[in-house]
Parts: sequence; structure tokens; C-alpha cells
Amino acid sequence: MSLDQPMGTVNDVPRTAPVLEVQDLRTYLYTRWGTTKAVDGVSFSLGSGETLGIVGESGSGKSMLALSLVRLTPEPAGKIVGGRVMLNGRNVLDLTDRQMREVRGKEISMILQDPQQSLNPVFSVGDQLAEAIRVHDRDLDDKLIHERSVDALKSVHVPAPERRLKNFPHQMSGGMKQRIVGAMAMAYQPQVLVADEPTTALDVTIQAQYLRLLKDLQERTGVAIIVITHDFGVIAETCDRVAVMYAGRFVEEGPVEQIFDHPRHPYTRALLESRPKVDLKSTRLQSIDGQPPSLIDLPIGCRFAARCAYAIERCLAEYPPWFEITEAHAAACWRSEEVPWPSP
Amino acid sequence: MSVRNQPARFESDTDEALELNFDIQGHPVRRPWWKVWSKRNNRVPWVSIFVVLFVLVLPALLADVITTHDPLRGVLADRLTPPFWMEGGTTTYPLGTDKQGRDILTRLIYGARISLTVSTITILIGAVVGSTLGLLAGYFGGWVDRFVSWLIDTFLSLPHVLLALVIVAAIGPSFVTIVAIIAVTIWASFARQVRGETLSVRETEYVARAHVAGTTSWRILLRHVLPNVANTLIVLATLQVGVVILEESSLSFIGAGIPRPNPSWGVMVADGRDQILISWWISFFPGLCILLVVLSLNLLGDWLRDFLDPKMRQRGRS
Amino acid sequence: MAEPLMVVESLSKHYPVSEGQYGGRTVGYVKAVDGVSFTIEKGRTLALVGESGCGKTTTARLVLRLRTPTGGTVKLEERDVHQLSGADLKWFRTSVQAVFQDPWASLSPRMRVRDIVAEPLVANHRVSKDEVRERVGVTLEKVGMQRWQGDLYPHEFSGGQRQRVALASALITEPRLLVLDEPVSALDVSVQAQVMNLLKDLQAELGTAFLLISHDLATVRYVADHVAVMYMGSIVESGSVDQIFETPRHPYTRGLFDAALPTHPRNRTEKLEIKGEMPSPLNPPTGCRFRTRCPQVMSICETVPETIEVAQGHRVACHLFTPEWS
Repeated sequence: MSLDQPMGTVNDVPRTAPVLEVQDLRTYLYTRWGTTKAVDGVSFSLGSGETLGIVGESGSGKSMLALSLVRLTPEPAGKIVGGRVMLNGRNVLDLTDRQMREVRGKEISMILQDPQQSLNPVFSVGDQLAEAIRVHDRDLDDKLIHERSVDALKSVHVPAPERRLKNFPHQMSGGMKQRIVGAMAMAYQPQVLVADEPTTALDVTIQAQYLRLLKDLQERTGVAIIVITHDFGVIAETCDRVAVMYAGRFVEEGPVEQIFDHPRHPYTRALLESRPKVDLKSTRLQSIDGQPPSLIDLPIGCRFAARCAYAIERCLAEYPPWFEITEAHAAACWRSEEVPWPSP
Repeated sequence: MSVRNQPARFESDTDEALELNFDIQGHPVRRPWWKVWSKRNNRVPWVSIFVVLFVLVLPALLADVITTHDPLRGVLADRLTPPFWMEGGTTTYPLGTDKQGRDILTRLIYGARISLTVSTITILIGAVVGSTLGLLAGYFGGWVDRFVSWLIDTFLSLPHVLLALVIVAAIGPSFVTIVAIIAVTIWASFARQVRGETLSVRETEYVARAHVAGTTSWRILLRHVLPNVANTLIVLATLQVGVVILEESSLSFIGAGIPRPNPSWGVMVADGRDQILISWWISFFPGLCILLVVLSLNLLGDWLRDFLDPKMRQRGRS
Repeated sequence: MAEPLMVVESLSKHYPVSEGQYGGRTVGYVKAVDGVSFTIEKGRTLALVGESGCGKTTTARLVLRLRTPTGGTVKLEERDVHQLSGADLKWFRTSVQAVFQDPWASLSPRMRVRDIVAEPLVANHRVSKDEVRERVGVTLEKVGMQRWQGDLYPHEFSGGQRQRVALASALITEPRLLVLDEPVSALDVSVQAQVMNLLKDLQAELGTAFLLISHDLATVRYVADHVAVMYMGSIVESGSVDQIFETPRHPYTRGLFDAALPTHPRNRTEKLEIKGEMPSPLNPPTGCRFRTRCPQVMSICETVPETIEVAQGHRVACHLFTPEWS
């Protein structure tokens, strides 16, 4: 138990030196209704070749966290107001916009949820890939760019890459488009890849293929991946570690097996129990009553307390610190030791 | 084009955050309308509203009260009096007089009345005819749509000014002619816009739900489609007022519009044409009025478009 | 076996594909739904499962009489749904209702919740204002909402509550069949459970039959009694939920289960049976439509497979199970 670092995470010693270290990151949105604390003190670190899953519901701030990492928060409403994002030892938040453009793609890259929105409908795939490559190598001639583009498509197993380069986005299926987006993101072999709901727009069979592809890319290049999702299935399939996000903060973090076997935060448990299973006939699902709190007007105590079946008075009065369960597993809950699992 | 600086999908968090207008028990937090009004857009174009009100609407409604001069008959002895701040000017004629000794300000005020009348009538006709045809075409599709679309295409490609000249040459200029000509040219823009909106509303799930509920087509048109295209109609009508004023002035300027001696702004600009170097005020003030009013209406329309955007009310899903 | 409520026989919807402006000439057909047959039993749930473009949503729209079929029949209590008119049509509209996927799109933004909920009632019956008010109130309470919430507009609610409003509207005429088109896929995980539980409770209480359209196998397993798996416009396998989930037979069904995401990191996907993507519906493969992606493809698959009953109520359309091959 470490009361002195309430926002921080108990960091396990990563297998390798961390490529990305996020400390107490805060991103606020200044909206007409008030200040929305979308990311409110998030810390974690990521070693190369590692996959971290960030799981949360809509409005938990997970997408804003993803955008903050690559400094693409929506202007002018969104502002990163505090914390550090250390990428290869330097703070991304201190870079100029020009330097940041260099870093994006070369060191950190991003895949968005909807391939429809990530590709420009009026340019061919080849043009868009060439553009992505030119951002970093302004002097390459057309032939070299063509070669690089073909290589990029090959790396994501796009059949007949030469022909595909001439295609326009509308001539391709969703799965193919998402592969192209992946190819663009990975064209310069970044060390960190942020994937925000990479498969929600895809069909079941295509989704499995795509997650397989991400793993494959990771094995080949050693890229560290952050998968942002609402789906515990995606987490179970791809991640080494999991962080559960609720109302702008991480509430539990740990190795994937431990989170599934011994979740310590009531919210994690409720989420795990609320999903139906393909391989098991369930008679009744647990559901979480109520709504997440408004990110504008947050309670002083635990943010989940109002919906939590195990809340005590202390939960309402005081924000819980991180409680270490094992070296790598921690939960921000006053009663993490007492809550029964599996629930009765 | 920049591939990496794609407009990121940030609605999820911003909008969800905005959407959480609930207290902890899940009761919605209701805000008084004036708060919603002022919060929804804090850049109300007050200047435009002011201009439209004081240059167009109020003069048009209160012309007889504001001024005592006769807009049609002047005092020949006072012809070509300059505005009051210039040498030889007098406060009897604050903006001067034209070559027939008529007060420019008075004529501007009565001109506003003409502009407002012409635009109100033409837009009413254009909006009613255009949106009815647009609704029917968009909703029922098939041959109705093909016919209406063909009509729209045809009317939008007619050369308006030429058409006006031909008609005026044949039957002479009159108030009714100009209203008819402008109405004929603007209904098509209403029809096109409403047809497009209807096409998209028709495919929404709430229209499908209404069908499943057994609601009749006419009721669906009135209760589900029309209210959801109403915003577009309001915005378009506002923007069209400017267009109509401009068109009426242009036609009047070339003599195919409001017949003389009626004080249309376009006629006034035309009247001062040959004196522009000496008595510049005859053309300048009506020209300024046209510019200010049309510009303000466009700004107002743009603002209305944002203000009435359903996304500002009914926030989109992530 | 329960009584059949709705019987669908060789239902088809072929869309003409045309070239040129203002109509133009027809150059081919997209067979969105092609010879689909199934039965929905009273008070039970049939799920249509498949990926996008498999025709499940078009089937739902045909059943709801939102589209006219190009072949086959939909019979509700032995009456052909697409031949109804007048009073019979009103009877159909009160007997079959629907809940759509997107609660943000399925509620008219400019109507109050109470008017939305009352719509099916007002459209089909002559009822007094007081009675409408009362029935709306009762129905809102039935889906776990409060009466006063009827005065609000849809944008004042969260997704889960909106889906409850949609459900209340669908239930107000006490329909015998409710078509649920991806009713929870647009909702958050924790809210999905609320809505699914509510659906099950309502079915137990009111005896309404459900036609569930879904791409999510876990949802189907939780809610459905019978399952029909669709691929490119046809049903490839159907049976009870246990038959389909315990002993899937068709290679496509098995592939779907392989591809489904694991419920625990220990059960990570080992092998992917289904390769590639669904072919273009404009130019579908001859014979079995799945043969281009099937891991067990044979030469006979170029002919159309017949539907074989492999167990009581468990039907498969695959050559692997035709007597002369198995």
C-alpha cells in the first residue's frame, strides 16, 4: 500500500526499459457546460514488445487519453494541462509542433476506430501512403516511394499490393481499409502503436484476422502496442497487461491473467460479470445500475462509489489510493481485500 | 492532405462528457432556456441582427411614422442637396436629395418596405411550393422524384435576368411581374435542399420505427420528416432574403423590376448613375443599404445554421 | 414443441443493379436474401446471426413489411403478411413491433418521449387521451422507467434509457412478435446487460416472441432459444441454441466460433479456419457461397448444397452432410 502516490501506479519492473512512460497525465476539455476532466491523472509505463490494454466504457476518457499520447487532442477545447509523456526519454509534451510531426509515425503511431474516417476518399491509397512516407523522407524519389509503399502493404498481408495502390478507399472492404491504415501507421516502424478500438467497425471473422495481424507485426518489429477498447474479448486476445479506466482515471492495473482471474476493483468485476459468454450458457447477467458521474462535476470520493454494491462511507469521503495486490497488480479501492470473488 | 494529422475522432469523449447531464441518480439536469440559449452559442451576431432590424425591418414597418416627406414627389427647388454634413446640406434632408428634389432617406425607408414585401412574398411562395415538391420527391421517390428533379434542374439552369427581360418586354414591369419572376427562380433551391434532407431523413431508423408502428405516410411526412427539415428551411429562407433583395435590386437597376417612380433601392442606384461623380450620395446610400442588409443576412443565416444544428441539441453518439 | 407464430418460407429479396441516370437499364441482381425459411414459435426467441452483408437486416425489414419481397411468403398466424390491407394491416401493425440498433437514431429528436411511446397505439386505435396517458405510464414503468420521464425529449436520456424508451414504444400495443435488430450493440458493456436482462424478463412476463438480429454470438447465446446462421443471403445452419453452440456442423458456423474473441486470456484463438473476406454480392460464387473461404472445400461444392436435417430440428446446408458423401 502506498499512500504517498495516490495518482500514480505501482509499476512493475518492465521486461525491458520502458519506451513510453506516462506520469500523472491530465487532459481537460473546456466545453460550454464546464471543464470536463477527461483524463485526470493517469500514469503507466510500457516496455517494447509489450501490449497494454486500456479498457473502459464510453465517456471514461480512454479515447482522449489515446489522443493525448500523440498530441492530437481536439483544438481548441482539449488541452493537456499536466503530466509528462516520456517517449524514449524525452517529454513529448515539450516538443514543438514541427518536432511532434517528426515523432508521430517514426516513434509513435496511431490507428483509429473507423477506417472510413482515417482515409481520404478523394485520393488513391498509393497517394495517401506516399504522403505518409514523404512526411519523414522529403527527398525520396517516386520509385523509392513506390517500393516503400509496396513493402508497407506487404507487411500487412494485402494481396496484390501493386494493384491496390491504385485503388480508392471506396473500392475496398472495411477490413482491407483497416489494413491500409495499419500499413500507414507502421510504415516507419514506430516503437509505440496506439490502437483506439481498432476492430469495432469490423466483422467477427475479419476482427480476428486483424488482431492476428497486429500480433504478427509486433513479433516482427517489437513495437509496443496500446490497445484501447471497451471489449474484454479484445483484451483477452491480445494484451499482456490491462488497465481499467473509469471516469478519467485508472482504477485497476495488472497482468491480463490476474485481472481475469482475480479482479480486485468492484468495477472490473462488474464489467467482467456483465458480459455474456460464448462458451457458457449463463442464466443471469450482472448489471451495473446507474450512470457514470459527469466528468464536469466529479465526486470527491471514489468515482464508482455511487454505483458500487460494496461502497462504505469512506468511499464517498476519500479518494482511494493504490493498493498493491502483487508486485504488478494494483487496484484503487478501499475494500479491494474484502470484496468476495467470484461474487456470491 | 495530411495523412497523419487526420481529424481525430474525438466526439466520443467530448460529446459523451457533454451528454452526461445527469445527477448521480440518473435524473437529467434541466437548464432554463435562456441558459441553454446563451451557452449554446455565445457569439450571437448582434451587429447583423441590429442592421437587419434598423435598416430593413423597422423602416419598412414604420415608414409613415418615421418620415413626413413624400417618397414619390420632390421639391424641385431643393434638387441635388448634399447630405447635411456637407457644404450646402441641411438637416431637413439628412442624406440629401436626388435630381427631382426627393429626400434620399425617405426613399430609402420606403425602399426597405419594397424590399421586405418582395422578399417576404417570394420566399413564402418559394418555400411553400419548393418544400412541398421537395418533400414529396424525396419521400415517395420513383417517377415523382424523377419529374421534380428534372423540374429543379431545368429551373436552376434558366438564365434569370434574360427571362426577366423577356417577360418585362412582353407585359411591362410591375410589382406582380417581379414577384412572379423571383418566386419562379427561388423555389428550385428550396426544393433541392428539402429533397436532399428528406432523402436522408427517410432512411433514418425513427422513420422505419414509425412505419412499423403503423403510422400513415402523410402523418410520417408531417410529424417526422417536416420537423426535422424545418431547421434547414429556416436557414435557407434567411439566406434567401439576401438573394432576393439582391435580385430585385439588380432587376430594378436594369429597369426590369419595380417600375419608377417607386423607390426600390435598385432603382435609386440606377437613378444616381449619371451623377455619380458630382452627386455621389444618390447612388451611394441605397448601395450601402443593399450591401449592409445582404451581408448581415448572410452572416445571420450562417449563425442560424450552427445554432439550429441538431447536433448542438441532440448530441451525436460516439 | 411450441406453436408456430410466424412461418417464413423461401423468402427472397433481389435488388436490381442498374447503370445510368434516371433509372437506366438493369445489369444484374444482388440477392440480399435468397430463399430463407424459418419458423418463430410463440413466446420463444429465434436469432438470425451473421456478419454484415449476410442479409439478416434485410430479412428483418421484410418480416416487418418495410420492404416487399421478390419471392416467398411471411405468414403471421397463417395470414400472408404482404397481402394484408385495411383492418388486417392494423392487426399486423399492432401484432409485430420492432426495436432498432441505434437508440440515437431510432427516436425522433423532435418528439416527446410520451408521444414516441404512444405512437403505435395512436396510429392503430381510437383511444381517449386519458387512456393513452395511462397506457404510456404503465408501459414506461414496465421497462423500468418513471412516468414523469415521458415529458422529456430523447436527447435528455442516456443510450440505455433511450433503448428502454424504444422498447416501451414497441410494447405498448402488446405485440406477439418483437423484432430486435441488434438491440444492444450500440450500448456500453454494463448497460448491455441491463437491457438483455430486461428483454428476458419481459419475455417471461408477457410471452412475446422475439426475432433477434445479431452479429454477436455471446448475446445470441444468452437471449435466444433457436439460432439460424446466415451467410450471403441464405441460412447455412439452424437449430436450437444448444445444438448450434455445442455441436456446430457447418464449416462457417465453426469458423465463426473460432473467430469469436475469447472470454479469458487462456483461451486465445489458436487457429483461424476462415480466411479472406466475403466475396462481392454482385458476383457471388456459384454453388455453395461459402466455398471460396471454406477450409473443407470439395469439388462438389460447385453445386448448391441441399439442407439436411442432421438431428431433430438441426439443419445444415453443406455437402459434408449429404448422405452420399458423409
